[in-house]
Amino acid sequence: MIEANAVYVIVAREFKKFVRERSRLVSTIARPLVWLFLVGGGMSRLVPTGRGVSYMQFIFPGILGMTILFSSIFSSISIIWDKEFGFMKEILVAPISRFSVVIGKAMSGMLLSTIQSVIILAFFPLLGLRIGPLEIIGIVFVCAVLAFALSSFGIVLASFYESYESFSVIMNFIVMPMFFLSGAMYPVKVMPPVLQYCTKVNPLTFGIDALKHLIFPLEKGPMSPDFPFVIDLLVIVAASVFFVTIGGKAFERKG
Amino acid sequence: MQIIRVDSLVKKFGAITAVDGISFEVEENTIFGFLGPNGAGKTTTISILCTLLAPTAGTAYLNGHNCHSESAEVRRSIGIVFQDSSLDKDLTARENLLFHAYLYDVDKAERKKRVDEALAFAELSDRADNLIKTFSGGMKRRLEVARGLIHRPKVLFLDEPTLGLDPQSRSNLWEFITDLPKKHNVTIFMTTHYMEEAEVCDKIAIIDKGRIIASGTPQELKKIVGGDVIYLKTTDNKKAAGQIRELFGVEASEKDGEIFISVLKGEACIPDIIREIGERVLSVRMQRPTLNDVFLKLTGKEIREEYASAGDDIKEAVRSYRRRHDRG
Ligand SMILES: Nc1ncnc2c1ncn2[C@@H]1O[C@H](COP(=O)(O)OP(=O)(O)OP(=O)(O)O)[C@@H](O)[C@H]1O
Ligand SMILES: [Mg+2]
Repeated sequence: MIEANAVYVIVAREFKKFVRERSRLVSTIARPLVWLFLVGGGMSRLVPTGRGVSYMQFIFPGILGMTILFSSIFSSISIIWDKEFGFMKEILVAPISRFSVVIGKAMSGMLLSTIQSVIILAFFPLLGLRIGPLEIIGIVFVCAVLAFALSSFGIVLASFYESYESFSVIMNFIVMPMFFLSGAMYPVKVMPPVLQYCTKVNPLTFGIDALKHLIFPLEKGPMSPDFPFVIDLLVIVAASVFFVTIGGKAFERKG
Repeated sequence: MQIIRVDSLVKKFGAITAVDGISFEVEENTIFGFLGPNGAGKTTTISILCTLLAPTAGTAYLNGHNCHSESAEVRRSIGIVFQDSSLDKDLTARENLLFHAYLYDVDKAERKKRVDEALAFAELSDRADNLIKTFSGGMKRRLEVARGLIHRPKVLFLDEPTLGLDPQSRSNLWEFITDLPKKHNVTIFMTTHYMEEAEVCDKIAIIDKGRIIASGTPQELKKIVGGDVIYLKTTDNKKAAGQIRELFGVEASEKDGEIFISVLKGEACIPDIIREIGERVLSVRMQRPTLNDVFLKLTGKEIREEYASAGDDIKEAVRSYRRRHDRG
């Protein structure tokens, strides 16, 4: 059972804190832009891509994915903070199902990540990309689904860790590898087979691949998307359902 | 009606038995107190009653519902002020209360009114839109109590509500709490290790090492250590002591220039004694037994308050250290 009021107020709380904490917004927006323009801009000169997309254009979907990955995981990890500072107890003794809490948290992450990815998306004209209005709607949709999946994944992580010492463990051993093994910085098809295998169990890969379809649909050759669009969508939807269910189960535990 | 019924409740954490087969009942609209030293099992018992922990054995019923298997119903009937603050420090007082109102599905038409009421009740109307970060300990506690009442619970749990407050805010909070059962039709279940605080309870259970070692009204418990002691100074103590023993058939002995007399109801005896004895009375004072005496008598040790608060200071210091180093 899902209580609408509870989900609403959990999302409203996160949104309010997000708007209030300007510095967090600045840093989450700055990171992808630094990668896009410094790494992407620099590498564009080294990586000849012929007549297709430039390297900077190529990593743009990956940078959107990065924005979503970091902000979704960060948003869900706030559950650990809530536990540590006692606020989680206020939520856990309320007459609402654990699943509502998980849905509320996942939707918070979805909302905040989507907002941030839309801000990054607005930079596309600077990269010389042309994206039509329909594609933009599609991109926002894919970003939202991917954000829901990754936020739910973050909730699963948060339910296994109790203290914020674990925060850096999660960042270094889970989030960074997920980013590098997602086809964000280099196409999956040029990777060694072992790494290719890793990218295929990473839901972020398919989210980014879907974005590639929408951002440079005409691209052929090594920089083109690695999987069919339909597969991408199916995987991220399935990942959302999978992780939110596991998250709900993990939350259900009682000492 | 018995709003809480606990029977042979046990909770083990691995090898530690935190709650060791306790049974008690709480009458509706009264103040019930759990008195015990650190680690006695007070918070653990509350966590079971609040559905946050599953008992290892035994049963607990609240408002007719099983605390383990009917957690949704139980949760609707209770409000809680946890031992550690559970406010969101980055939200305002009003936002914290509104969050609670939504969480408990308070009627839309009622929501704003109840929040305003709670703010007024906590005497924080003028600070309603300030962040909790800027509140003092006493303000936070009052706000938490007011928040716990927003959804009109049947039972309000207060786990060490005055912990870490200065004596002034402590007594203010107590005035505020003792009025609750009448004003709000609510049963109060509180824990404390301050003896004086437990005196406001209608009924007390003294808990030590997971077991209830005594329970009853504060008066009943004090009888365990005997009644009041009257100290009397007269022109001739020796003679007066003899007269008192003879006339009243009570124990009276002389020590350090004073006669001390053990009686059950001191205030009723004093006038009789003064009237009946032949010697002129120079001074009289009376000492009531405290719950501390009770605890001492039952366990052979004191409930050590200094120790308790030192422990909490350390906890708080560790937390704030972590906060500074991990968040920044
Ligand atoms: N989650 C837990 N895991 C392991 N042991 C626990 C846990 N919670 C409590 N305990 C143990 O159970 C015992 C009772 O703890 P509890 O918190 O109920 O005491 P308390 O009476 O509330 O004490 P205090 O006055 O310090 O708050 C203690 O020995 C404590 O170490
Ligand atoms: Mg406790």
